[in-house]
Amino acid sequence: MNAIRVRGLTKAYKGHRAVAGVDLDVARGEVFAVLGPNGAGKTTSVEILEGHRDRDGGEVSVLGVDPAEGGREWRSKLGIVLQSATDAATLTVREAVRHYAGYYADPRDPEEVIDLVGLTEKAKARVGTLSGGQRRRLDVALGIIGRPELVFLDEPTTGFDPEARRQFWGLVKRLAAEGTTILLTTHYLDEAEALADRVAVLAGGRIVAEGTPRTLGGRANADATVRYLAAGGYTEIRTSEPAKTIAELARHGEPAELTVTRPSLEDVYLELIK
Amino acid sequence: MTTATTTRPALPSPLRLGLARGGSELREFFRQKENLIFTVSLPAVLMLLLGTVYVKEAAAAQMFAASMIGAGIISTSFVGLGMSVVGDREDGTLKRLRGTPMPFTSYFIGKIVLVFVSSLVEAALLAVVGIVRFDLQLPTSLDKWLTFAWVFSLGVIACSLIGVALSALAKSTKTAAGVFNLPYVVLQFLSGVFIMQSALPESLRTVGSFFPLKWVCQGFRSVFALDDGYAVMEAAGSWELGRTALVLGAWTVIGLVLVARTFRWSNTSR
Repeated sequence: MNAIRVRGLTKAYKGHRAVAGVDLDVARGEVFAVLGPNGAGKTTSVEILEGHRDRDGGEVSVLGVDPAEGGREWRSKLGIVLQSATDAATLTVREAVRHYAGYYADPRDPEEVIDLVGLTEKAKARVGTLSGGQRRRLDVALGIIGRPELVFLDEPTTGFDPEARRQFWGLVKRLAAEGTTILLTTHYLDEAEALADRVAVLAGGRIVAEGTPRTLGGRANADATVRYLAAGGYTEIRTSEPAKTIAELARHGEPAELTVTRPSLEDVYLELIK
Repeated sequence: MTTATTTRPALPSPLRLGLARGGSELREFFRQKENLIFTVSLPAVLMLLLGTVYVKEAAAAQMFAASMIGAGIISTSFVGLGMSVVGDREDGTLKRLRGTPMPFTSYFIGKIVLVFVSSLVEAALLAVVGIVRFDLQLPTSLDKWLTFAWVFSLGVIACSLIGVALSALAKSTKTAAGVFNLPYVVLQFLSGVFIMQSALPESLRTVGSFFPLKWVCQGFRSVFALDDGYAVMEAAGSWELGRTALVLGAWTVIGLVLVARTFRWSNTSR
């Protein structure tokens, strides 16, 4: 059974169709990224899956349960990582993690989780004094304290500096290695490429492409561009057989500044959301 | 139940979670300076200032302190709890809690613990100010303390529920200050806290009589009166304890209905 199964999901706000028929399958143990511009319907979709929002239509099953009817047992198997919470400001990190551990039947060890998210040195600090990146790592700690089978990460690294993002990625990879299913939304393509087994692009409330980061939007089969410097200018050749092109070029001597590129995930993505 | 569910360890009971929430709520409440300054200390400061003007004799000290204690517990229950729910919605607490296996009942139990403890602290603080500054005498009979206990409990519960219901009107803690403080200050005028109710025009007195604050204060005045002859100073000329129970009970029911109908987990849900 898949961790998430969605068919024909729709949701409108005041006549505006925020989600216009989304189908989605996420297997157990998979890291699945949903990419899309602001307003594409990412957060709405995820909040419906989390049971935070009602849907207008479609079938949704998360860990075998319809989120609209999920009870305590179901919620105890989910880990929801918030993206902009500023709660628990006057508690210490340790107090907050311990408190939330008490909600679950079989939580992880709070000290272990604090260590896992790299906040051991901040365990006695008040939550309100943490930096943005530390605060988000606490959110992850609170999201995974209950040993969830499925973790939702909604734009988890927005506002992170590059180092904090790399650390965060390491954390997500560790969770994935433990077999946790992860649904990630992001607008950072490098993030999806680094973390996700599969990617879907959401635009205008619909999924416009789906695949592995390598093959998304026909990227693997797309024409390559061979580029080199000749007679004072760059020449670009688009070809499906770059090796052959280069072999022909090489017969006239070594081409200067030779590069072969395929469309990056970003190129494909920008094309898809047009 | 199937064997699959019985092999999983059971989730903690709602009551246990509620008490754990209460502990955490109290910890957060007393660590927040705004709470200590506005919700807890303000009534004590007002009591000191107004008392210096009003209190010229023992009887006035008793009646004034009783009214201020009434106003104080409305500050911690109605204003304090209302603001804390708005804050929970604004800072993501409610959204986070909704994503955990903690039931709504436990959240509410936590708030009840918070309100009872903070209101008791408030009442004790005001009593100490009264004793030190105005020679307030505490009641000595068990009877009076029992009256205090039920007026306190019913008043705190009714005002907490109204506070939570009104929290649906405030989108942020900034607007919440107006939503809660305006009615609170106006009602203090209408309920005999700042001015004796018998000194108010009939129309204003009637308006005040619809709301819980008047009845909580009147109930406390009956508790702190040195003798029951003081009751002649009330608008009705008696303590009206039966009516107090009735009005506070009615507000509790109204509050429960409003909370059940208006409570929102977030500002954007649905």
